[in-house]
Amino acid sequence: MAELLSYEHVDISYGESVVIHEACFSLAEGEILGIVGESGSGKSTVLKAAMNLLGRDGLVTRGDIWYRGRNLPDLPVEEQRNIYGPELAMIFQNAGSSFCPIRRVGVQLQEMMAAHGCRDRESVEEKAMDILGKFGFDAPKRILDSYPFELSGGMQQRVGVAAAMLLRPRVLLADEPTSALDVTVQKQVIEEMLLARKLFGTAILLVTHNMGVLRAMADKMLVLHRGETVEYGRTVEVMAHPKSDYTQRLLAAVPRLRR
Amino acid sequence: MEEFLRAEHLHKVFSSGAEKFTAVDDVSLSLQHGEKLAIIGESGSGKTTVARIIARLIEPDGGRIILGGKDITKTKGRELRQVYGVMQMVFQNPVESFDPRWTLGDGICEGLLNHGYARAEADKECRRLLSMCGLEEDFARRYPYEVSGGQCQRAAIARALALSPKLLILDEATSALDVTVQAEVLSLLDSLHRELSMSYLFICHDIALVQDFCHRVMVMHQGKVVEEGNCDHVIRNPQQEYTKRLIDSVLQ
Ligand SMILES: Nc1ncnc2c1ncn2[C@@H]1O[C@H](COP(=O)(O)OP(=O)(O)OP(=O)(O)O)[C@@H](O)[C@H]1O
Ligand SMILES: Nc1ncnc2c1ncn2[C@@H]1O[C@H](COP(=O)(O)OP(=O)(O)OP(=O)(O)O)[C@@H](O)[C@H]1O
Ligand SMILES: [Mg+2]
Ligand SMILES: [Mg+2]
Repeated sequence: MAELLSYEHVDISYGESVVIHEACFSLAEGEILGIVGESGSGKSTVLKAAMNLLGRDGLVTRGDIWYRGRNLPDLPVEEQRNIYGPELAMIFQNAGSSFCPIRRVGVQLQEMMAAHGCRDRESVEEKAMDILGKFGFDAPKRILDSYPFELSGGMQQRVGVAAAMLLRPRVLLADEPTSALDVTVQKQVIEEMLLARKLFGTAILLVTHNMGVLRAMADKMLVLHRGETVEYGRTVEVMAHPKSDYTQRLLAAVPRLRR
Repeated sequence: MEEFLRAEHLHKVFSSGAEKFTAVDDVSLSLQHGEKLAIIGESGSGKTTVARIIARLIEPDGGRIILGGKDITKTKGRELRQVYGVMQMVFQNPVESFDPRWTLGDGICEGLLNHGYARAEADKECRRLLSMCGLEEDFARRYPYEVSGGQCQRAAIARALALSPKLLILDEATSALDVTVQAEVLSLLDSLHRELSMSYLFICHDIALVQDFCHRVMVMHQGKVVEEGNCDHVIRNPQQEYTKRLIDSVLQ
């Protein structure tokens, strides 16, 4: 399968401090790569680097992030509009603050779609209702008519996932997309992401702390520890035979339900 | 054991334009001294709203809250500040719970300074709290948008512990932590529970974690408590349809 996204020897710093060292991995069409690791190890940083969202102090100091022949850290601003959204879309770890607080959710989704050329309001609304309906909302219209602060943490997160998926990107950069969801809703959201992969070949870079979610979704996994890649391989193999000490400790610490 | 917190018949209706929405529908709960009580349940079922009512951050449309034998339902001003010396909350969204114009250290010291600490003492205490939560001293000088999700969450826990409360309401307070750091934070909370007999109201979607950490669990669905009891008992013998569905959906 065609490689879509590849990180080649990537170093990333905030100011003086290097937080990612030698990140090397790739993602093919329809593939799901899970990234796990200690809090603060640089997972969100890896995703933000592809989106040019590292902020004032953040910088890719070495290496390339290739997306279909373009090096993302060097992407001119004019081209960013065409790529970010329809090609690569991100689901943020902190869903609540990725929305404008003073405008209704539905209006914001309409604006986002219009910015990418979808101006048919009725069809956008229909699609939004459809996807929210699959995320466990009985009354999706109420969600579209709400302000972000009127939604619970998990409701905001689902809207964030829906927004990214509405654009039907080729690559979904999903940073903890189900961390605020109860397990029944989590299951529904996972099923939708897997369906997008099956129907449209969506590739997913998935950051998660949840090993169950990882196992259910990721073909490959990468383990980060203090900015270094300590493990990278097929999920089933890494889970069965973790090589690094850190991965072993991580897997051993997963709480298990006793039924 | 002695009752520490009681909430009776809490009720909350939100209105948005002409629409009315019942978020909390006759919820009662009771927490003993030194007890760890979990609330699990559907996203949007009213868990955070219950927590915010108990923490006196929103007004209920009905019901009473009794903390340490005292009715705090209408407590205001100075008296409410005293209540916050006893009861603290860690919010579901840690980044938004810090003022972006302040460093994390400023946020953690604020309560200490309000409760009579001198600046130098407060700074020292702040460093101690951060290190207890697994963060190095220099985090005190960082802004909330300059740290990772899980680091901000730990700073929020440090802030909540600052005044040595007797009751901590934790709203998804470990959901941004990897399992090893999560285990460290929970063992810190456990030791405070044992040594100082702290009580916890623990809102969490991770049912296995709830089973490890808590004594009792309440299950919420559409604004109501549908089931409650001892954790092992509820998890092994769920009675309600919703609880069964929830437990069957856990990914192992
Ligand atoms: N804007 C910034 N300025 C300085 N340091 C930063 C900034 N953003 C993040 N960092 C630091 O970079 C490191 C990596 O952060 P990142 O957010 O990528 O971690 P993460 O793996 O996503 O963690 P978590 O699981 O807690 O979300 C952390 O140590 C963090 O403190
Ligand atoms: N300020 C508000 N205005 C209007 N509706 C609100 C407001 N706050 C909460 N709600 C509604 O109340 C219901 C309960 O929300 P709450 O945040 O308590 O849920 P929760 O159980 O904490 O969910 P989650 O697990 O997703 O965090 C939701 O339907 C939400 O939309
Ligand atoms: Mg992160
Ligand atoms: Mg909540």
